[in-house]
Amino acid sequence: MAGIWVFPEQRGAELKKVGFEILSVGRKLADKSGEELGALLLGSGVEMLAPELANYGADRVYLADSADLEDFLTEPYASVICDAVIVNEPSILLFGATTLGKDLAPRVAARLGTSLATDCTELDINDAGLLAIKRPIFAGKLFVNLVLENAKPQIASVRPNVIPVQENPKAGEVVKLEGRIDLSQVRTKLVEIKKEAGARVDLTEAKIIVSGGRGMKGPENFSILEDLAAALGPEATVGASRSAVDAGWRPHSDQVGQTGKTVTPDLYIACGISGAIQHLAGMSSSKYIVAINKDPDAPIFKRADYGIVGDLFKIVPLLTEELSKAGRE
Amino acid sequence: MKKDSWSRIRWNEGRVEKVNSIVCTKEVPDTESSIRINSEGTGIAEEGLKYVANPYDEYALEEALRLREKFGEGKITAITVGPQRAEETMRYLFAMGADEGVLIRDDEPQKRDSLSVAQCLAEAIRDMEYDVIFCGKQAVDDDSAQVGAMLAELLDIPQATVVTKLEVADDKKSALAQREIEGGLEIIEIQLPAVITAQKGLNEPRLTSLLGIKRAMSKPIDIREMNIPEAKSKVISLERPEERPPGRILEGEDAGVVGELVDALRNEAKVI
Repeated sequence: MAGIWVFPEQRGAELKKVGFEILSVGRKLADKSGEELGALLLGSGVEMLAPELANYGADRVYLADSADLEDFLTEPYASVICDAVIVNEPSILLFGATTLGKDLAPRVAARLGTSLATDCTELDINDAGLLAIKRPIFAGKLFVNLVLENAKPQIASVRPNVIPVQENPKAGEVVKLEGRIDLSQVRTKLVEIKKEAGARVDLTEAKIIVSGGRGMKGPENFSILEDLAAALGPEATVGASRSAVDAGWRPHSDQVGQTGKTVTPDLYIACGISGAIQHLAGMSSSKYIVAINKDPDAPIFKRADYGIVGDLFKIVPLLTEELSKAGRE
Repeated sequence: MKKDSWSRIRWNEGRVEKVNSIVCTKEVPDTESSIRINSEGTGIAEEGLKYVANPYDEYALEEALRLREKFGEGKITAITVGPQRAEETMRYLFAMGADEGVLIRDDEPQKRDSLSVAQCLAEAIRDMEYDVIFCGKQAVDDDSAQVGAMLAELLDIPQATVVTKLEVADDKKSALAQREIEGGLEIIEIQLPAVITAQKGLNEPRLTSLLGIKRAMSKPIDIREMNIPEAKSKVISLERPEERPPGRILEGEDAGVVGELVDALRNEAKVI
């Protein structure tokens, strides 16, 4: 039996947004190739999520619900998925390109002896019936079009925030995956998860990013970017350039660029960022780019949809004020 | 001292013990390079590119060096799959402090994918002695972020990816690894040997010294010929990102300019 499968991940019995994105693209691929769409649902006490998966296009939900799957651990998750793939032989398997997906998918691929494309931005079925993949390389300096030949299944992880989500109600028949997990054979154990207190949405999932560079002049000044992000709503967050991170102004996890995160928000507001090539690579796929910089020759303006040449310390607070005013109206 | 997750690790200060590490590395174009497509349209134009060790591999090696400093002694072997030229990046890792290198010679790296590279590495590493295998979390050329986890699977050892802090227990049987996850951090306990993939923030890689560079010249590189599996991943074409139309540049620092921007974002772009 073939089929196209997706693995919409959950943490704490809550589905990640990228899960709906891979369901949506998986549905499109399934319709084009005339196959069923199956969703793998792994976790503990997660069966109640099955109707949601059906609502976004799953013909079947392959469920492994076990206390042993409560925490994400690579080995048991990989075992359950590989066993299910071996029995059901889907032709395609999609993950979200999250930290979880990027940890799990290569392990699964290696066990199945198949190849994987990471962080894909476009997926289609070509004339030969193969998965046609487009993905960025060099953090977005270039894109590659590729196929996975003799790959059973063809595995891809999909970059969050790129694929539009579409409801498409299907039966979502629940199929329980059999099989035992022997935790004594598992060689890792979750000790602790530390959520950043009051943390905003993650850079890779944010709709809006307000980012600061060397022009911020010091760590204390990032508060004006925090304020702007707050005025832009819960889906906005703050990022930084490599120079701001290397200066110790911001944590490494905030870095956007080739040695940081590649981001695809709807709106990227670059404040005091000149636009070094390795930074541009990481944010050029943003739908809209705004640059605020006092140097009119800064390379960032060449990529910007809108730019303001001027002092960011005057402009950013005005912008925050203007947006907060609008919010009150 | 505050009792937290890290206190789970057993300490036995002062004992000198051996710890062996393997550091997987890849030569990549410097991140400052602009990357062009070759005339066939299926690969990058290599002329004029400066190749360096993948930046994340420096964090990987630095962690191996610190681990050895903590335990007192041990061997650090750098391993790569690549063309003869990769010897140069290997010498750089030697100058940082790696002891010896294995270069699995591959004159057609464009024909490989992560699985074929991981299979090669696994075959070479299988007979080596190691407590930890360090990799960069990804190479900054193809950004695949796969080899570490694939290698762990092929060697049947556990993995901790995107690690920003690592403490190896004195008995070398386990370690605590802090991983970066969306919106926070996760700490896992992992049995050794294991694959650890290094994220920026794990440490601050040391600079090479003149003495280090001099010593690097005489460290041994074992150049191996192997049957390298061909990739299942087939490149059809490379393309440049879509050009952006020229933007609208405003000048000024007053409420009028800011109002114009907000209006454009709201009514033209419709992103706020």
